Amino acid sequence: MSNFWSAWIIVLTVLTLAGNAWVLLANRKTVSRGPDTTTGHNYDGIEEYDNPLPAWWFWSFVLLFLFSIGYLIAYPGLGSFKGLLGWTQVNQLEKELAAAQERYGPIFDRYAAMPIEEVAQDPQARQMGQRLFANNCSQCHGVDARGSFGFPNLTDNDWLWGSSPEQIRQTITHGRQGVMPGWESVLGNKGVVDVTAYVLSLSGREAPAGDINAGEQAYKTVCATCHGPEGKGDIAFGAPNLTDDIWLYGSSPAWIQQTVRYGRNNVMPAFGENLEPAKIHLLVAYVWGLSNLDAKETASR
Amino acid sequence: MSSSGQFPTQPTSPALSLSLGADLEHPVYNYRVVRQFAIMTVVWGIVGMAVGVIIAAQLAWPALNFDTPWFTFSRLRPLHTNGVIFAFGGTALIGTSLYVVQRTCQTRLVSDAAASFIFWGWQAIIIATIISLPLGLTSTKEYAEMEWPIDVAIGVVWVVYAWLYFATIAKRKTSHIYVANWFYGAFIIAIAMLHIVNSMAIPVSLTKSYSMYSGAVDAMVQWWYGHSAVGFLLTAGFLGMMYYFVPKQADRPVYSYRLSIVHFWSLISIYIWAGPHHLHYTALPDWAQSVGMVMSLILLAPSWGGMINGIMTLSGAWHKLRTDPTLRFLIVALSFYAMATFEGPMMAIKTVNSLSHYTDWTIGHVHSGALGWVAMITIGSLYHLIPVLYGKRQMYSVPMINAHFWLATVGTVLYIASMWVNGIMQGLMWRAYNADGTLTYSFVQSVEASWPGYVVRLIGGAMFFSGMLLMAYNVWMTTRRSLPDTADTAAVVPAASVQSA
Repeated sequence: MSNFWSAWIIVLTVLTLAGNAWVLLANRKTVSRGPDTTTGHNYDGIEEYDNPLPAWWFWSFVLLFLFSIGYLIAYPGLGSFKGLLGWTQVNQLEKELAAAQERYGPIFDRYAAMPIEEVAQDPQARQMGQRLFANNCSQCHGVDARGSFGFPNLTDNDWLWGSSPEQIRQTITHGRQGVMPGWESVLGNKGVVDVTAYVLSLSGREAPAGDINAGEQAYKTVCATCHGPEGKGDIAFGAPNLTDDIWLYGSSPAWIQQTVRYGRNNVMPAFGENLEPAKIHLLVAYVWGLSNLDAKETASR
Repeated sequence: MSSSGQFPTQPTSPALSLSLGADLEHPVYNYRVVRQFAIMTVVWGIVGMAVGVIIAAQLAWPALNFDTPWFTFSRLRPLHTNGVIFAFGGTALIGTSLYVVQRTCQTRLVSDAAASFIFWGWQAIIIATIISLPLGLTSTKEYAEMEWPIDVAIGVVWVVYAWLYFATIAKRKTSHIYVANWFYGAFIIAIAMLHIVNSMAIPVSLTKSYSMYSGAVDAMVQWWYGHSAVGFLLTAGFLGMMYYFVPKQADRPVYSYRLSIVHFWSLISIYIWAGPHHLHYTALPDWAQSVGMVMSLILLAPSWGGMINGIMTLSGAWHKLRTDPTLRFLIVALSFYAMATFEGPMMAIKTVNSLSHYTDWTIGHVHSGALGWVAMITIGSLYHLIPVLYGKRQMYSVPMINAHFWLATVGTVLYIASMWVNGIMQGLMWRAYNADGTLTYSFVQSVEASWPGYVVRLIGGAMFFSGMLLMAYNVWMTTRRSLPDTADTAAVVPAASVQSA
């Protein structure tokens, strides 16, 4: 803040407070001229008594002034004057984070050194991971991690961006963006319908319309680049496997046509700035464990 | 129920008999525009509150949006807020101010054409808002979602309104300006300034514009507007209403002229600073947050000045509360006002705010002001005003006013109590930690726990709304056999007053 604006703020603030103090004091009158004394005004029959300011109200006002002056001396408020306590909301946050790290850090650090497979089998770690998941991930992936339209199911061992703990860590820390372009302008309407028929046939389903052979030709020209010649997908692009009958954006022919026609843009945000590596470690273990641990074994522990 | 109950008639005041005596030199006031505004206040109150009941139900049962875009919470919520603040509250304030300015300045409005223009212009703006917001046309500025053509229309109507109001004051026949007019005047000037600064935008088409502000500056302008609108429309404006209708209905002199002076100047000079308390612990610089908090805290005293002056005006006449439900509306409104203006400064303190912010507590706080203060002072004033405007001795049914009073009071209490419980619970759930430092509850658990509160809130809101329907019937029955021509004279004095004079 420049000196001018700082001075501007100080002057306005002080003038407002001083002006109000003056109005308050200038109208102070403790002695009543009698309960029935009016100002002599009469507006449409309404008269006004000349009563003094109630004492409790006057002193409350004074106390509020005094508190405010004290506050503006102790805390930042008067322009660029920092306040005597040196408080800022950023250093309050840093202090609270440091205190939390000191208190809770060791609990997380204990797991940070352990390999994911072991963390995933530790009941306490799973519980902590589940709590982190509930607060950070469940908004999209669901409390049960089964996802919903546009948000992947994390329990089915079908992975868009890789299933290894390191790949999952990468996904959580840095986020992912899966883009599928829209193909209507290239394929035309018939092409979209044909490709849909072919894509459905990859998982053994039949479409109500469309020429599968023509669709296969088109697929090999435009789709195979990302989804692979056999439709198995590619984790390098986050391109889904089209042969397993698991669908991120709806499984009906109409939805698949919609996807082919207009494309999709799927974003997983990066959590590396909000969660420390030790917390992400627990989340990786939790998410990895959702599809890699034998459910019965977890339950028996 | 009939009008001949055990309840008394309009107060038999020396004031009224005085005005009868002075009738010869009285101008003929323009009551036509006041009648128009008074009736539309009831209509817009019902419309705005009906939308409120609908969105309260949607929060309890989300399926009630029926999967239609124009019926979703996100589009109806701005319709509700603008509907009750500007359609109901704005209409009430413009109407009563044009009544009070004539009566207390003893002069007719300087221009009937301007008065008519203001009425029809304001109604057109409201209808354009009711159509455009559900269609999804929005500038996204909270409490100012209307797109730029409507903003321009508001500006034009408001300038004419300001001119009419102040030109009428300039022509007054009284030596001084009554305190109600100070507050109405401050409301008119401040709303013009707030509206113009906050609505600055660059239009790209007839239905789309972009704000001239961005980032933290945009947030600050938004809340400078938002909270100052609370201060100058919902507080100062309605204090103007209070300062006329409370002493009039109580038939008592205002408690303290000095208190009027001190709390008027402190209220208007401090309120304008309070906006930053909506942005505690955000990207807003620390100094702005601190100044906003300090000013909000000081504001307790000026706010309570108005409450003291209103309630103490009744000293020596407390017994009237037992028999006059209209007066009860006015005094209970002042009590809710006192409560809300105590709660507000407390919530502006950073440590309290860190618990209350983003929770339903805020919604409860707003409604203790909106239902308890704004709506109830308006309702009480209308019950005084409507018989005067239509040349009646009193409302068609006084027991119906009494029933309305209880529906409104119990409805408000249910509403704010459920939101306190929800708000404090949410604040505590969001900050609850496990032994390992992870959060105990996920967000959706706090939503689930809030459900009973949402149902109670809906019940409270529906009660308040049903009271408005009762009022509409009562007003309809009061007005339908009126003779407007005879009501157009100023001295509409109840027969009882004449006898007592």
